[in-house]
Amino acid sequence: MNPNACRFQRAARAKAFDLRHRAIVAKNIATYHAAVARGLARFADWESARRRAAAIKWEVMNHLDRYLEEFERNVLARGGHVHWAETAAEASQQVVALAKQHGVRRAVKSKSMVTEEIHLNSALEAAGITVLETDLGEYICQLRGEPPYHIVTPVMHLNREQIAATFHEKFGTPLDATAEQLAGSAREQLRAEFLRADMGITGANFAVADTGMIGLCTNEGNGRLTTALPRLHVAIVGIEKLVPRLEDLALFWPLLATRGTGQFLTVYNTLIGGSENLHVILLDNGRTRLLADAEQRNALHCIRCGACLNVCPVYRTVGGHSYGTTYQGPLGSMITPHLRGWRDWSHLPYASSLCGKCADVCPVRIPIHHHLLHNRRNVIQRRLDSPIQRLAFRAWLWAVRSPRRYALGGRLARWAMRIGIAAPFAKAWTDHRELPPAPRETFRDWWRTNP
Amino acid sequence: MRVALFIPCFVDQFYPEVGKAMVSVLRRLGIECVFPEEQTCCGQPAFNTGYWDEARALARRYCEIFNGYDAVVSPSGSCTAMVRNFYPELLGSSPPASVNTFEFSEFLVKKLGITDVGATFPAKVTYHDSCHTLRELRLKQEPRALLRAVRGLELVEMTEAETCCGFGGTFSVKFPAISTAMDDVKCQSIVATGAQYVVSVDSSCLMQIGGWLRRKNLPVQTKHLAEVLAQT
Repeated sequence: MNPNACRFQRAARAKAFDLRHRAIVAKNIATYHAAVARGLARFADWESARRRAAAIKWEVMNHLDRYLEEFERNVLARGGHVHWAETAAEASQQVVALAKQHGVRRAVKSKSMVTEEIHLNSALEAAGITVLETDLGEYICQLRGEPPYHIVTPVMHLNREQIAATFHEKFGTPLDATAEQLAGSAREQLRAEFLRADMGITGANFAVADTGMIGLCTNEGNGRLTTALPRLHVAIVGIEKLVPRLEDLALFWPLLATRGTGQFLTVYNTLIGGSENLHVILLDNGRTRLLADAEQRNALHCIRCGACLNVCPVYRTVGGHSYGTTYQGPLGSMITPHLRGWRDWSHLPYASSLCGKCADVCPVRIPIHHHLLHNRRNVIQRRLDSPIQRLAFRAWLWAVRSPRRYALGGRLARWAMRIGIAAPFAKAWTDHRELPPAPRETFRDWWRTNP
Repeated sequence: MRVALFIPCFVDQFYPEVGKAMVSVLRRLGIECVFPEEQTCCGQPAFNTGYWDEARALARRYCEIFNGYDAVVSPSGSCTAMVRNFYPELLGSSPPASVNTFEFSEFLVKKLGITDVGATFPAKVTYHDSCHTLRELRLKQEPRALLRAVRGLELVEMTEAETCCGFGGTFSVKFPAISTAMDDVKCQSIVATGAQYVVSVDSSCLMQIGGWLRRKNLPVQTKHLAEVLAQT
């Protein structure tokens, strides 16, 4: 088994019956579900909205070359700068180079998963530049030295007491501080830094091709401060973030907010129209590999709302940190093998019961659990399965192709169950659960006497 | 009317009483049943694990056996979803056997238009939506309509009715800790209803749920829908 798979299994075992974790996540997700139900009720026709959104994204992905160039032209026309990065390392180096070129010592960052993906903070810190996370959730992650637990709600796994304990340790606030006191304390630290920073770093929720604008959705206003106060703004944008027209945001803003948090709109929807202080880095980092895969190209439609994580029973059980990936849950299991390699991440498509809730809630109608099936087939085609499993399925196929061999195999299996011989796979079952009693007579045995 | 029975390998080998119960309900409704004895497995275990060549061989086999029937009925939403929803992708076509295979409750309610099969089962029951039945076949009301028509039966809904039980085929043994934790959440929700029985249309879910209920000595029994409807 590859080391990532071992780590995942270990982490999953540790979390599966962590009842405190289960209770915190259940409470937070229940709040989310209640809000989403209210949000969905505000749509006259949610199904049509998601069909329309999927059609727009389909159009973008199938003509991505044109839309990217259009976007670049329009950013340049507004006086901004565009850089292209093929890999994570290249993108990080570009940000570091820009920082050095402009004499940047301190940077502030608005919440962005793509900067997590390229490990930007460590690259900047290695270059002697301090970076401060300004989204409250991300700020708490940074204080705790943890990666985000969830792509939208980075500290979904923490309750107020745990956050208060972190703040107490760092800033001496009382252990029983209220949410308002904690937010106030964070604001004090952050406001000073906003004024001192030389560079603001953001991702992009949307990149608008026809106007060359970056669309940012935040709930705390930190996105605005990050882009407006420092003298330089660097936006790192995955190439799948494009929408063709400004007017498309009239659909995508409420769609993202509704499935992301249950809000009708995110509180601050900022459009950055560019100036000479704006540098946009367009990042590939494996996305074009997914683009080349006609079967799964629509995985790039994802607008990172996080809904598939919230409804996923596996995500809720193991938690966001167990995956060891930037993008967790069904979304991560769908795209990570494509983006980061099949050999290291082949276990993720299997870490799903294929229940299909993810696809039902996806606002851009990605058949996520079907792509997990496609990924499993890809794993087998690449011969990344264990030889034992391969052999077992060959033997099984040989048996079930003949009713006689099938019946004999069944009889042997039931006999083994009755006398208590546990095959290795049966042990994985019986360690945790009871097996049903093995009947002496099968249905087909019975049918012969009762046709 | 004459229908072919598709008794999935799992039901044939471990839950024969579910197949028998389905036959008894169909016969009570005057339907003639035939059981093509060459049938074995629909190929779902291979398909879900990624062995599509192996699954394709079994899909072709299934279609050869069942193509000649107007209707094929199965006491499993999961295997029906495999045949009807995934065979077309696997085979690149939709053979008659794929189109004409129905899950048991779907066949009764949507094909025959029957909800009252004349059953009596005086007990408090909660229904578990199997994921394939609910989200691949889109059957939510059909099994409930059948249960509501059963004399003496009280149907109570659990809060986690639509949440996966954690079985997921090989998932249950590849990731036993995750699978069991999901089972635990499911069973807590079942027990909270105060129901005596949890009913579903998939024996695989019921094996998973029953396996945890019995390990934890929880006071709820599992029953397949066909077994409930067979009681008079």
